Amino acid sequence: MTRAPRLVVAWLAAALWLLVARPAEAHKPSDSYLTLTVRGPVVQGRWDLAIRDLDHVMGLDRDGSGTVTWGELRARRDEIASLALGHLTLRAEGASAVPCRATLRDLEVATHSDGAYAVLAFDTLCAAEPRVLDVDYELFFDVDPQHHGIVRVDDGAGTRTAIFTREDRRQRFEQTTLARGHQLAAATLLGIHHIFAGIDHLLFLVALLLPSVLVRAGGRWEPVPSFRPALVDVLKIVTAFTVAHSITLSLSALEVLRLPSRLVEAGIAASVVLAAINNLVRVLDEDRWTAAFALGLLHGFGFSATLMDLGLPRKNLVLTLFGFNLGVEIGQMCVLALFLPLAYMARKGAGYRRVGLVSGSVVIAAVATVWFVERAFVVKIF
Amino acid sequence: MKSSSLVFGATGLLVLVGALFFRPPAGADSPRVPASDREVLERLPFGASDPREQERERLGRLLAARPDDVRPAVALARLDIEISRARSDPRYLGYAQAALSAYWDLPSPPTEVRVLRATIRQSVHDFDGALADLDRVVEAAPGDAQAWITRSVVLGVKGRYDEARASCQPLRRLAPELVFTVCEASLDAVTGSAGPAYERLADVVRRGRRLSTAENEWARSTLGELAQRVGNDAAAEAQFRDALALDPDDPYVLSAYADLLLDLGRPAEALTLLGARTDNDNLLLRLALAEAAAHSPGAAADARLLRERFDASHLRGDTVHRREEARFILGLEDDPRAALALARTNWDVQREPWDVRVLLEAAIAAKEPAAAAPALAFLAANHLEDPRILRLAAPLRPGAR
Repeated sequence: MTRAPRLVVAWLAAALWLLVARPAEAHKPSDSYLTLTVRGPVVQGRWDLAIRDLDHVMGLDRDGSGTVTWGELRARRDEIASLALGHLTLRAEGASAVPCRATLRDLEVATHSDGAYAVLAFDTLCAAEPRVLDVDYELFFDVDPQHHGIVRVDDGAGTRTAIFTREDRRQRFEQTTLARGHQLAAATLLGIHHIFAGIDHLLFLVALLLPSVLVRAGGRWEPVPSFRPALVDVLKIVTAFTVAHSITLSLSALEVLRLPSRLVEAGIAASVVLAAINNLVRVLDEDRWTAAFALGLLHGFGFSATLMDLGLPRKNLVLTLFGFNLGVEIGQMCVLALFLPLAYMARKGAGYRRVGLVSGSVVIAAVATVWFVERAFVVKIF
Repeated sequence: MKSSSLVFGATGLLVLVGALFFRPPAGADSPRVPASDREVLERLPFGASDPREQERERLGRLLAARPDDVRPAVALARLDIEISRARSDPRYLGYAQAALSAYWDLPSPPTEVRVLRATIRQSVHDFDGALADLDRVVEAAPGDAQAWITRSVVLGVKGRYDEARASCQPLRRLAPELVFTVCEASLDAVTGSAGPAYERLADVVRRGRRLSTAENEWARSTLGELAQRVGNDAAAEAQFRDALALDPDDPYVLSAYADLLLDLGRPAEALTLLGARTDNDNLLLRLALAEAAAHSPGAAADARLLRERFDASHLRGDTVHRREEARFILGLEDDPRAALALARTNWDVQREPWDVRVLLEAAIAAKEPAAAAPALAFLAANHLEDPRILRLAAPLRPGAR
């Protein structure tokens, strides 16, 4: 390098600096996303690596066109695998200090918010099921010290996320197995909470139950003569609702059935409208339980969406489902225990029929219509 | 059974059958196998014939051959920083750090390495780390103009204006007049003397015959900001336009000008200005705001894309985007409390005019005027003139209501 006079060097440097002083972080820096799923002694991996990073290290753009094609990526499959897996070491502590053996299963691609990624699916065989998994992550730090490895470990009972950086290359994941009793209790509480938080399910039930303490006689509503027929009516409706939503909740949680969430949410709102309108124009009487069953199928999909959003642990799925359903039932029973005696006591007054049944149904229908429009057309009204 | 029961029975059956045949749409990041080898997966920001990439390779080879020589390491790091700025691509900051890896962790690296380390640290918003390096550099090499101005800029971002101003002084004799004038003017802009500073800098630009394009562009963008502080939007617009005529791709000027157009209620022009710059997060924010204001069809998609970028940066533990994310939440997600939380943590790190403005806007939107107190105290202490910010602050002042 030739040496320029000192002042000129400083001055050129300053000119560069003035520009550098401005924000330069406007793109995302380099990250990779690694998910490790522990399945007994096998740890399955999915590793998303930015194609830009791979290109920087191994020059994927062979024809110099300024683009990377699938053909160019695919041709280097084995090199990519040995580069990546050579910079990742998993050890099942307790079994032995020998690293688990990793083999590439598949090379695919995926799009993230900042561009295209190569997706490596691989299997790692450890000597035994790792109770403690030691992860050494060394990829790309030598060429880009600001690279981060974002690692998620799923051991069937829970997930943990960790960030690997140049300064923090080794981390330990301990298995987070929950006690079964604890898991059941947690799922049950969740179910109870959901009944009270998810007011649409409650309104649906209430709309169907409002006429339970009345009976049609000569085109007019009359109070039921005794508690028994009211109770039978309520039990029929609640049982039908429960059976129906249990079916679809289970099938959907087990990933047998799936419906678009927008359809489900809008459908649930529509079901509330229908149930309320039925009290005004009266299509169904004692057979309201059929509506509870048919529309309850929809509500089950809604319940399962809640459960999924919370990251359902796959281990002991049946136990979780059972607990959640149990919680939903307990929640419903609480509502009934409150609703039925009150409605029964109030049934004789004209107030119950006019204010409770008619006005209540009108309000419920109106509220649910707003929900329906909001959910079906993804707009915000209130 | 009544016919109505049949209707409901049929509905239930329909729900089940529909669910049986529905397949959820593939998520954006679900893996797939492209259909053809010719499918283009990624466009690289450069071709193999890019002269800067060739220079990088040359320097890289030199560094590999002479690992103990600090000069190729510094040259490569400097080039990488320059590319990172030109393309607003932080990956090159990482590459620059890699070029300096032999010295990076040393407590006392060579002075030229320390300056570059400060640059990289400042770019990832490690302002304190950058200042620690720069303090040592100006001690060891008081003739290093780059270190002085860097130090001034970082202190200015932190709102430590007196120290920042002191750091401009040596430039009077170490650097051309323009550098010294911009250094001081940038501080005058936020401390109540934007008007005279504008005149002084405009005069230097008028007299400066041998200004390079980069210097000229940089002076004009500074003039644009000065004009905005004194409420002369027309002059600001003219300066930003001149700056863009010199470098149409400068993301810094593009976002400043887009902000001005948004403030002036001209989102359609902001859209034309920004084109399809979804690659740059800062420009994407302005694009999404402009699209929402203009009710243009791409609004929702670009807002979603930006939300994904913010989420990805949270995953990696980054905090450099707090100010932008607060603006995004305020403008497009309607969650003032979340925006306020971000604006407050951002305030602990940096105090530029937009940081003041975001904190004020978030406090107002969240109906928590007390949260604006630090911004109000800052305004009172430093006499920031910007009329938009003062209008925001006026009703929040104690005694205003």
